[in-house]
Amino acid sequence: MVAILETKPLATVNGEAWHKWPKDLYIPPEALAVCLDQFEGPLDLLLYLIRKHNLDILDIPVFSVTQQYLAYIADMDVSRAELAAEYLVMAAYLVEIKSRLLLPRQEFVDDVSKFEDDPRADLVAKLLEYQRFQRAAQDLDELPRWERDLLPVQVYMPPTQFSQRWVAIPLNELFSTMGSLIERQRVLTHHVILPEAYSTRERMGEVLIKLRQTQAWVPFVFLLCSGEGRPGVVVTFLAVLELIKEGLVEADNEAEDFSVCAHEPP
Amino acid sequence: MRRKIFPYVPMSHPEMNDEQAEALGISETIPPIALVEAAIFAAIEPVPSGQLELLLSAYPDAQTRLAEILLTLENHYQDRGVELVQVASGWRFQIPKAVTLGLEPLYQEKPKRLSRVILETLAIIAYRQPITRAEIEALRGVAVSAEVLKTLLDRQWICPLGPKEQPGRPMQYGTTQGFLDYFNLQSLDELPAFDAENPIPILDC
Repeated sequence: MVAILETKPLATVNGEAWHKWPKDLYIPPEALAVCLDQFEGPLDLLLYLIRKHNLDILDIPVFSVTQQYLAYIADMDVSRAELAAEYLVMAAYLVEIKSRLLLPRQEFVDDVSKFEDDPRADLVAKLLEYQRFQRAAQDLDELPRWERDLLPVQVYMPPTQFSQRWVAIPLNELFSTMGSLIERQRVLTHHVILPEAYSTRERMGEVLIKLRQTQAWVPFVFLLCSGEGRPGVVVTFLAVLELIKEGLVEADNEAEDFSVCAHEPP
Repeated sequence: MRRKIFPYVPMSHPEMNDEQAEALGISETIPPIALVEAAIFAAIEPVPSGQLELLLSAYPDAQTRLAEILLTLENHYQDRGVELVQVASGWRFQIPKAVTLGLEPLYQEKPKRLSRVILETLAIIAYRQPITRAEIEALRGVAVSAEVLKTLLDRQWICPLGPKEQPGRPMQYGTTQGFLDYFNLQSLDELPAFDAENPIPILDC
């Protein structure tokens, strides 16, 4: 705590005279909001204390850290109980660690169990992991960002009336298309040996992803994967029919190429 | 927002007869590179390769051709005011970061900052997905507020990935394509390497 000397104050904060610069960032108890914004939880506060005093994260002096930690949370506004709770849990944890460190220790322990038995090990692991994610967050922050570091480029496209290609085609055209596709695949892939059957359910997912990515009417043939042969065509066709039945995909049975299109995802 | 190609009209179909071409108002064949370039420029969001392929579907070797065209365009816009990049959802033209910085005198706006809680939560989800809210809380040592999750969901950087098969079936979250697009990434592999090293040595006590 800051010692108050009987000299001219350096500054007056909320009517209180300050004679000495605070040794560190001073957080007035009233400024709880600032305090809570400053720290992202008890782990963050602990890391801050460790860094501030240049302590070794792997060898935390639990007693002094606990003291400082308690000093900080003592200043916190208790009216924000739900937030204070997390800090209090950590305080209790620190005290528990300290008391376990004070317990007489077994003498005959090898190195491995020595590490495992250290009551600080869990806390240190948590702190290290959290520190890694703090670093990851900083790395993320340094990536170039859309609409901040990278600006969109857009070119005006005059409105155009794309003509619609509505062609009256009987339903059985769909099946003959299917037939010719199978025929074509047979010719193209007669040498391919497929080790296992394709799953319709899996294909439904693939087709849906493909259609949602494309976001346009695409001919059925576009959905086929080359090299899958007749089973590939059949399973894709079944998958499309299933998707239509489930209302996820719309088919244009008047288009000569059996165009399909995904509905907007919800 | 995404402009739909509906219905799909082949602009430069080699087998298109004059009558058809005239009906579409095409007097001569458009070079495919112009088609691809225009499609990306005109789009509001990144254009998926599939859509570009569709534009060239009249050509037998659309896929290879598209790859060549994109490479040509990429090189063409090297060191210029715009660049062609591939992000997770597709291809887009953008103003490179260095150029954006140079434009600063024209724009008074301060760059928007992301708060630490948003960045940390996002980093944890990005590197540990699929992850539940409780798991994020365990890593950060503090509760994840509903607003933070809502902000991330609203910006479409994260999405629910389905419940975790454990008591209570808590929802798991992961990052989206929009997240990758926003940070100019093609895939999660391109994220800065996570510091998984830093092993915990034996404690000396």
